Amino acid sequence: MSSTVAGLPTGPVEPRAHRTRATLALLRARPSATVGLVILLVFVILAIIGPLIAPFSTTQATGIVYAAPSGKHWLGTDDGGIDVLSLILVGGRTSLLVGGAATLVAMGIGGIIGVLSGYFGGWVDSVLMRITDYFLVIPDLVLMIVVATVWGPSLSHVILVIGILLWTSTARIIRAQVKTLKERLFVRRARAMGAGHTLIIVRHILPQIGPLLIANTVLTVATAIFDETALDFLGLGDPNSVSWGVILEHANDRTAVSYGAWWTVVPAGLCIALVIVACYLLGQAIEDALNPRLRVAHLSVNKWKLRSLVGRGPDAL
Amino acid sequence: MRGADYVVKRVAFACLTIFIAITINFFLFRVLPGTAVTNLARVPNATKQLREALTSEFGLDKSKWAQYVLYLKQLVHGNLGVSYANRQPVASNLWTALTNTLPVVTIATVISLVLGIATGVLSAWRRGGFIDQLSTNTALVFYSFPTQWIALILLFALSRYLPTAGTDDPFLLHQPPFWQHLENLAQHMVLPVITLVLTLYGGNTLIVRSALLETLGEDYVLTARAKGLRPRRVMRTHALRNAMLPIVTLVALSLGSIVAGAILMEVVFSWPGIGDALYQAVQQRDYPMLEGGFLIVTVSVVFFNLIADLCYFVLDPRVAQ
Repeated sequence: MSSTVAGLPTGPVEPRAHRTRATLALLRARPSATVGLVILLVFVILAIIGPLIAPFSTTQATGIVYAAPSGKHWLGTDDGGIDVLSLILVGGRTSLLVGGAATLVAMGIGGIIGVLSGYFGGWVDSVLMRITDYFLVIPDLVLMIVVATVWGPSLSHVILVIGILLWTSTARIIRAQVKTLKERLFVRRARAMGAGHTLIIVRHILPQIGPLLIANTVLTVATAIFDETALDFLGLGDPNSVSWGVILEHANDRTAVSYGAWWTVVPAGLCIALVIVACYLLGQAIEDALNPRLRVAHLSVNKWKLRSLVGRGPDAL
Repeated sequence: MRGADYVVKRVAFACLTIFIAITINFFLFRVLPGTAVTNLARVPNATKQLREALTSEFGLDKSKWAQYVLYLKQLVHGNLGVSYANRQPVASNLWTALTNTLPVVTIATVISLVLGIATGVLSAWRRGGFIDQLSTNTALVFYSFPTQWIALILLFALSRYLPTAGTDDPFLLHQPPFWQHLENLAQHMVLPVITLVLTLYGGNTLIVRSALLETLGEDYVLTARAKGLRPRRVMRTHALRNAMLPIVTLVALSLGSIVAGAILMEVVFSWPGIGDALYQAVQQRDYPMLEGGFLIVTVSVVFFNLIADLCYFVLDPRVAQ
């Protein structure tokens, strides 16, 4: 394939510096993307070093039961006298890990189904899209509950259960993109030169859908963490690990409300919400940047630039 | 002719979806260790004869395929099995749960839709401005809060003023007068409904806003404005009417999240609905209940999706083409 032809560039067309500049431009044009990225980075760093900087043990009581926030325990203690701040720091790692891993599974399935469906079309497309339709209608969380119960509670089961149910929207978006890519000149040219399906998909299609896949990944992480919290809350998570969902579960099961121990509930929920908001801000910004049609509307929370409607022809809005 | 085609297609897809759900349900629960027999024969001095009698009664000596056909037959007759936990028919357990869930979910969905349309229209109206920023960001934040967290926070804030668990006070004995019972029920419904409304309104706001922004960019809106129509009128009769199409679709697709929200809400407030029934079934490993619950929820979601599809067809007959 990569025979050198005089006058044609041989290396990758877009040098790395250009891509970095494009990313920076994206962040500059959309402050919300920067906010999202910064929040996510902070949480990722906390997830990495969290267990190291946790002030107390998460398995042994270091205070009295339901002690209010104080100088020693910044976020108080829970029903077992365990420091809540330490639980949050240690639990963040589990929550982000499960959310991230489940998303990877979902992206794998969604990416493969989307590419196959869009690239081959015909009966492959029909069959795969009917399956996708089916998964789109089925209430996710209920099926997750059923499968998680049948499989039994463990970390890897939670990851798999979420992963195999969260790929539908990705598959659809990727499929649409691949469908248009397939008809583009460079793909048809490659086919004319005798490139096989695998080569075309790997060399020409995948690099093009990369950014879209990244945007979807970030958006899916939000849903994955939401679902993980729900499963943990229903007692279907790994009973031996601490996560934000488990903290909420314990608060509900062990009557934190009647003790008025708000400190066992508020921090975990705020962390979950912050991560999810950050994912939406970042994912949406990337998607906006990729798809000019979405830039005006969709779920964009960005400042919507008001332009005069008259005299712009089809470009209006 | 086209229209009839469309309706038939949608109904067929709904039936197929339910059939697949039933099949998955059957095989998923058959891989579990233990059967109805191991559960029922767990009595003192259970003899081999008893076990054999039960096995043939439940048809467990037949092949998997024959069992599957038997299962389908029983389902058609509305037999979902017997709950391990309270020995009542699963169907009647679930029916009671469903009658508890539906009022709360319906009220909350309607309120959140009205609220979502109001804030969404306001956002789209003042797009890019301060009000839009405020409303959109608030919606996003509420969209991101876990349902169970909102429920718990409401408990902390309002448990002094409102009942926090169940559908009515247990001390209301001797058949209270109807209106008193209703008032008590309404009080118990306040927190569950607020929880669901807060979870759902954020998503609805974002959906309405984006759908409206899309239609506001269309040529017919420009024409309406050029004709000199009042902005209010343009918004109501030209933009919002057309935006209802994507709104209906997206709201129908969010049915799953309504169900998810209902499950988490019911667990926190011990609301004896379908979500609480599922939760109890998980806690007690009451497989027939779980199996039946999954089926009921799936059938309801598919059913309401079908209704949304048909609504869409009424709103815009072009979808059939």
